[in-house]
Amino acid sequence: MTALRGLAWLLVFQSVGELLSRGFSLPFPGPVIGMVLLLIGLQSELVRGPVSVCADFLLTHLSLLFVPVGVGVMTHLSLVNQYGVRMLLVVVASTLAGLTVTVLTLHLLRDRGDDRSQEHSEEAPHA
Amino acid sequence: MPKFVELWVYLSATPLFGLTATLVVYVLAQAMYARLGQPPWANPVLWTVVCLAGGLLLTGVPYPTYFAGAQFIHFLLGPAVVALAWPLWLRRAELRRRWGRLLLAALAGGLAASGSALLLGWALGLPSEVTLSLAPKSVTAPVAMGITEKIGGIPALAAVFAVVTGLVGALSGKYLFDALRIPMSSSGWAARGFALGTVSHGLGAARALQVNADAGAYAGLALGLQVVLASALIPLAFRWLS
Repeated sequence: MTALRGLAWLLVFQSVGELLSRGFSLPFPGPVIGMVLLLIGLQSELVRGPVSVCADFLLTHLSLLFVPVGVGVMTHLSLVNQYGVRMLLVVVASTLAGLTVTVLTLHLLRDRGDDRSQEHSEEAPHA
Repeated sequence: MPKFVELWVYLSATPLFGLTATLVVYVLAQAMYARLGQPPWANPVLWTVVCLAGGLLLTGVPYPTYFAGAQFIHFLLGPAVVALAWPLWLRRAELRRRWGRLLLAALAGGLAASGSALLLGWALGLPSEVTLSLAPKSVTAPVAMGITEKIGGIPALAAVFAVVTGLVGALSGKYLFDALRIPMSSSGWAARGFALGTVSHGLGAARALQVNADAGAYAGLALGLQVVLASALIPLAFRWLS
């Protein structure tokens, strides 16, 4: 029942988000506005308890939710035949570029004192 | 025998088919993944998509027929995006303490991923609507579709690019981060997770969550942040450019 109440909250926040997005033709999609509103709503215990249960369930199985869209690749077979290798090349290269930039930015800006003790054993062989 | 064919024709046309096939194949792929010790290449989404798309093409079941059932799973992407507020809220103290660095990393990473995709797509001579569909590929599929619609790409293609980007990140992240010598310390895990969430959205986050709890939390935070940044900045950048 708690999970069901959580789902109801999520859908209410999404609906309000959709209404605001369409009503004011905002650049953000409805669910994104819903997420920001929920961030405020989570201050209340009434929302927090049920949402935490439902959110944990949904986010644990998040990758399943991408399957129906992923299977949609079969409807673009002509594009895939014509440009498949190039499209894959672009996706792979840009993904690696994005990962590298993000991880290095954070790694270079980390607090030096944060975890010296754990790093010590990692760094020892190189020293 | 003809009885069997009739039954198949009936079953494959009901929504029950798409929903059941998606769940059963995914549960099997997930079990294989766990049994093999969760290596990146055995990614359950990758194999589920390959098996389902292959199966549908072989049996001649059209995608819309499959989607009539699978849409019940697809629908949950909306509430799941809303639910991303939860991991953000859990990490709010950290977010407040490190927001400058995290925001900078999210912006730099998002820009690197989108910018390099646009430049490469253009350099390799892809049609412009295909290149435009590449721009929001680092955000979770439903949001990527919304952004693509706004900038003049093909939403369905953008969704596929987003899923492939998610898989590439989930598959390659570990090897890339090891090669870059990112340590497996708490700050290292945070950086690894944050990068996966920033560039490879939900699929990267799912992978991060399986490897390390810190990495998973930061991935969830990153993907929520990227959704907000990308849906605000990408349409704005295109309006300004054109």
